[in-house]
Amino acid sequence: MPFAWFVALRYLRDAKGQTALILAAVSVGVSVIVFLSALINGLQASLIDKTLGSQPHVTVRVPREAPRALVEPTAETAIARNVQATSQRLRSIDQWPLVMADLERVAGVTAVAPLVTGAGFARRGDAKLPIAVRGIDAERFLSILDVRRSIVAGRYDVAGGNVLVASTLATDLGVAPGDKLRMTTSEGVDDTVTVAGVFTLGNEAVDSTWVLTSLRHAQSLYALPGGATSLELKVADVFDAERVAQTAHDRSGLDAQSWMKRNAELLAGLSAQSGSKAVIQFFVVVAVALGIASVLIVSVVQKSREIGILRAVGTAPRRVLAVFLIQGGVLGLLGSIVGSAFGALLSKLFESMARDPNGAPKFPIELDLSLFAATAALATGVGLLAAVIPARRAARLDPAKAIRNG
Amino acid sequence: MADAAERPLLRVEAAVKEYGERVKTVALAGVDLSLDAGEFAALVGPSGSGKSTLLNLVGLLDRPTSGRIWLGDTETTALDEAGLTAVRARMLGFVFQFHHLLPAFTAVENVMLPEWGDTGFASKALRRRAEELLHAVGLADRMSYRTTDLSGGQQQRVAVARALVRRPPLVLADEPTGNLDTESSHEVLELMRRFNRELGTTFLVVTHDPRIADACDRVVELVDGRVESDHRAAPR
Repeated sequence: MPFAWFVALRYLRDAKGQTALILAAVSVGVSVIVFLSALINGLQASLIDKTLGSQPHVTVRVPREAPRALVEPTAETAIARNVQATSQRLRSIDQWPLVMADLERVAGVTAVAPLVTGAGFARRGDAKLPIAVRGIDAERFLSILDVRRSIVAGRYDVAGGNVLVASTLATDLGVAPGDKLRMTTSEGVDDTVTVAGVFTLGNEAVDSTWVLTSLRHAQSLYALPGGATSLELKVADVFDAERVAQTAHDRSGLDAQSWMKRNAELLAGLSAQSGSKAVIQFFVVVAVALGIASVLIVSVVQKSREIGILRAVGTAPRRVLAVFLIQGGVLGLLGSIVGSAFGALLSKLFESMARDPNGAPKFPIELDLSLFAATAALATGVGLLAAVIPARRAARLDPAKAIRNG
Repeated sequence: MADAAERPLLRVEAAVKEYGERVKTVALAGVDLSLDAGEFAALVGPSGSGKSTLLNLVGLLDRPTSGRIWLGDTETTALDEAGLTAVRARMLGFVFQFHHLLPAFTAVENVMLPEWGDTGFASKALRRRAEELLHAVGLADRMSYRTTDLSGGQQQRVAVARALVRRPPLVLADEPTGNLDTESSHEVLELMRRFNRELGTTFLVVTHDPRIADACDRVVELVDGRVESDHRAAPR
C-alpha cells in the first residue's frame, strides 16, 4: 500500500473516537442532503406529472382577431376615434394538415394531434350542464394524453356517434356506458350521442366538463367542415416546452402556448422550492466541511511531533500533505456512503408512513443512483477541500522545531 | 571523484547560528569540524553549549546563519527544502531520544519508515531488511509490537535499527541513552559500536554521559558555541 494511504488510514483507525464522531457528523449531513433531494425531487416530479396528466405540453391555435383602424394618426393630425374590440368566433387553422406536418419536424416534438374544441350543453332528463366538447383524432390524441389508461368504465371509442364522458360530468348527468346523451353546441346544433366510456384525469375542471368525440363529429357540430381549431403537441423534455412553443410560433405564425406559461405560478413555486433546497444543502455542506477541517486541524496539532519525525527521517513534504488530504477524502467518502444509506432508509420510512387512504404515497420519493453518486462525489470533494488547510500546515511544519517543541 | 576517499565524510566550516531577531542569542559562534568515514565520535559539553544546534545543522534540520556544511561531495547550505530532504534520505540516519518513535506504527514499520516515507512504497526487500535489523538488535520477537508496548531500552534499539535501515554513511544520535538505565545504555552503546565496526557506519553521538564519551574514539567538546577541545582516544 502506498505510504501516504497507509499512514492516513492508520491515523484514522488509531483515533477511533474522533473518526467515529466526525463520520457520524458527515453521515448526518449527507443523509439530510439525500433525504431532502429525494423528497423534493419526488414531490416536484409528481406535481408536474399530475399537472401534465390533463393538459398538453403545447397548444397551437389561431391568434385572436383584433380590429384594425383604417386611418392612423400622423404627426400633424389627430384623430378622434373609438376602436371596438372584436368578439371572438371559432375559426379553423388555415391548412392545418400542412402546419401539423411542419410542426412534427420541430426538434423536441414527439407527437402532434389536431382538435376541434368548443363549448356546449349536455342534457339528460332534468340535468342541463355546460360541457367542453373536444373532437379528437382517436389514434393521435393518445400520444398527447393517454385517455385509454384513464378509462374507468366502458371502452375507448369515439367512432360513429360514440363519445367519452369525464367522470364527474357522467355522475352529474347520471350516465353510464351505453346510455344516450343529448348535446347542444354553442353553434346551436343539436345531436344525440351514445356514451361509450367514462374517464378520469384527476383534474376537477377537466373531469366535470370534458366530452371527447371524434374530430369529424366535432367538425359537424361546430360547422367547421374539414377544420381543426387547435393542434396539441407533446415534447420529449417537458421543460423544453417553452422553447418548442416559441419555435412553433415562429414557424407557423400561430399562437403557441406551453404548459409552462399556463402554469407559471406552479413553476415559480417549484423554483422557489428548489432554491430553498439549494440553500439548505449549501449550509449543510459548509457545516460538514468545517467539521472535517476542524478535526484534521486538531489532528495536525496533536501529531506535530510525529510529523516532524516523519520529515526528519526523509519523508517528503508532499507525502505529508497527501496523508492529510487522504484523511479528508476518506472521511467524506465513508460519511457519504453511510449517510446515503441512512438517507435512503429515512426516505423509504417517511414514504411508507405518509400514505393516502388508497395506499398511494402522499410524498412520493425519488431515489436514483445518480443522486447517490453525486452526493458521494460532493462529499469526497468537500472532504479533500476541507483538508487542504490542515494538510498544508502539516507539510510546512519545520521538522527541527516540531521535534523540539513536541 | 579520485580524491573521494581522502575527502572527509562531514565538513563543517565556520558555522554560526544565531536565534532571535532583536536580541540575538548566539548558539554557535563559528564551529569547524570534520569527520572521516568510519569514525565513532562523541559531542559533549554543558547544557546550552550548542551541541543540539550543531547536530540539527549537520542533520539538515536547520540552516546555519553563516558558514558551510558539506556532506560527502554536497555543499548543503545552497540546497532548497526538497534537496535537503533528498540528501537527508541518502546520507543520514537519526537516533533521537526514545520517545521519537511513531506510536501509531509497529516496531518493524518504524524501522521501515525512512525508506518507505521517501519512496512511498514498502518493498518486500525493505521489509526483509527491517526484520533482519530487528533481529540484529535482539528484537526478533517484538517486530509487530506497537512501540508504546516496548521498554525504553527496546524502543531505543528500534531507533538504532531505524537509523541504519538505508545503510546511511553517517548516523547522528542525540542523547541516545539520555532516558535509559545503566544496563540499557550499555546495550545501546554496544549496538552502535557493533554497527560501526561491522558496517563501517560513522557515528556522531551527542551525550551528557561521561561513560558514553569514554567509550568513543574521539571526543569533541563544545563550550559557548565554540570547539573547546577535540581529542582522539588511543587506539584500543
